[in-house]
Amino acid sequence: MNYIKYLLIGVLFGFILTKSEVISWFRIQEMFRFQDFHMYGVIGTAIVVGLISIQIIKRFNMKDVDGNPISIPPKDASQKKRYIIGGTLFGLGWAFTGACPAPLFALFGTGITVFIVPILAALAGTWVYGAVRESLPH
Amino acid sequence: MFEWLTQPWPWYVAGPIIGLIVPLLLFLGNKQFGISSSLRHTCAACFPGNISFFQYDWKKEGLWNLVLVLGVFIGGFLGGYVFKNPEPIALSASTIADLQKLGLTDFSGFVPAEIFSWSGLGSTQGIIMMILGGFLVGFGARYAGGCTSGHAISGISNLQLASLIAVIGFFIGGLVVTHLVLPLIF
Repeated sequence: MNYIKYLLIGVLFGFILTKSEVISWFRIQEMFRFQDFHMYGVIGTAIVVGLISIQIIKRFNMKDVDGNPISIPPKDASQKKRYIIGGTLFGLGWAFTGACPAPLFALFGTGITVFIVPILAALAGTWVYGAVRESLPH
Repeated sequence: MFEWLTQPWPWYVAGPIIGLIVPLLLFLGNKQFGISSSLRHTCAACFPGNISFFQYDWKKEGLWNLVLVLGVFIGGFLGGYVFKNPEPIALSASTIADLQKLGLTDFSGFVPAEIFSWSGLGSTQGIIMMILGGFLVGFGARYAGGCTSGHAISGISNLQLASLIAVIGFFIGGLVVTHLVLPLIF
């Protein structure tokens, strides 16, 4: 029962991504060609709302529904290479598939069944990273 | 009355709701918004091998995230199948012109059906864009420690320098493929 809330939040997220056409390869092309504001508007306003929310949570030391202090662990900024190299590799994939991970799952849900292929390829990529990570620069 | 369910939503409606998912997950479960770790949890659950990166209690760490992703799949089904928008996406004319130069003709769906279809999987473009592209999404997300939700939205919202660097990387990669690689493979 505890997990129902995550299912509902996921449904909401997938529904918005679909309605706002963020899952569209064409929209991602518009973004990387700087030909429309739509994607920048979605990501930009999401960041502004997220940022204000997190600042309020931190300022007032807010607690979650179970009464535990909300913890937001920082990303490890001592490693720099992994973010720029890994980020660039991710960006190559983002433009090829026109989808980051959440849209891959949403697109599969819309009935474009061939998206199981990039999902499986992404699992393979994750697995290979796990296998070779110790020899990669981080 | 229910037209809003099938019509496309503008950025100023969609973006703020996506942003609210960040505090919603923190309040309801003390969880950080992110999607790509679900791929790691799936590897840990199904084929961990003897790789240390996949040796952890995936149910404890990641079951919530896998349920979230199942929700995203259902959300896509509701938004793109049950309440499907019958109209093509209102793309900018210059994007359509650029993509027509590459040889694309079908702008009716979410994705170019010439490539993202089972028959397209047999083409060079289909193999590169779906198989290589998907592989890079999974590999790159884990290497960078997050994807668009974890870095661009969660991370930058929390003023993380690491996330800003990752997002700059996302754009370097995306611009290279869009402007240098796509013209080569079409």
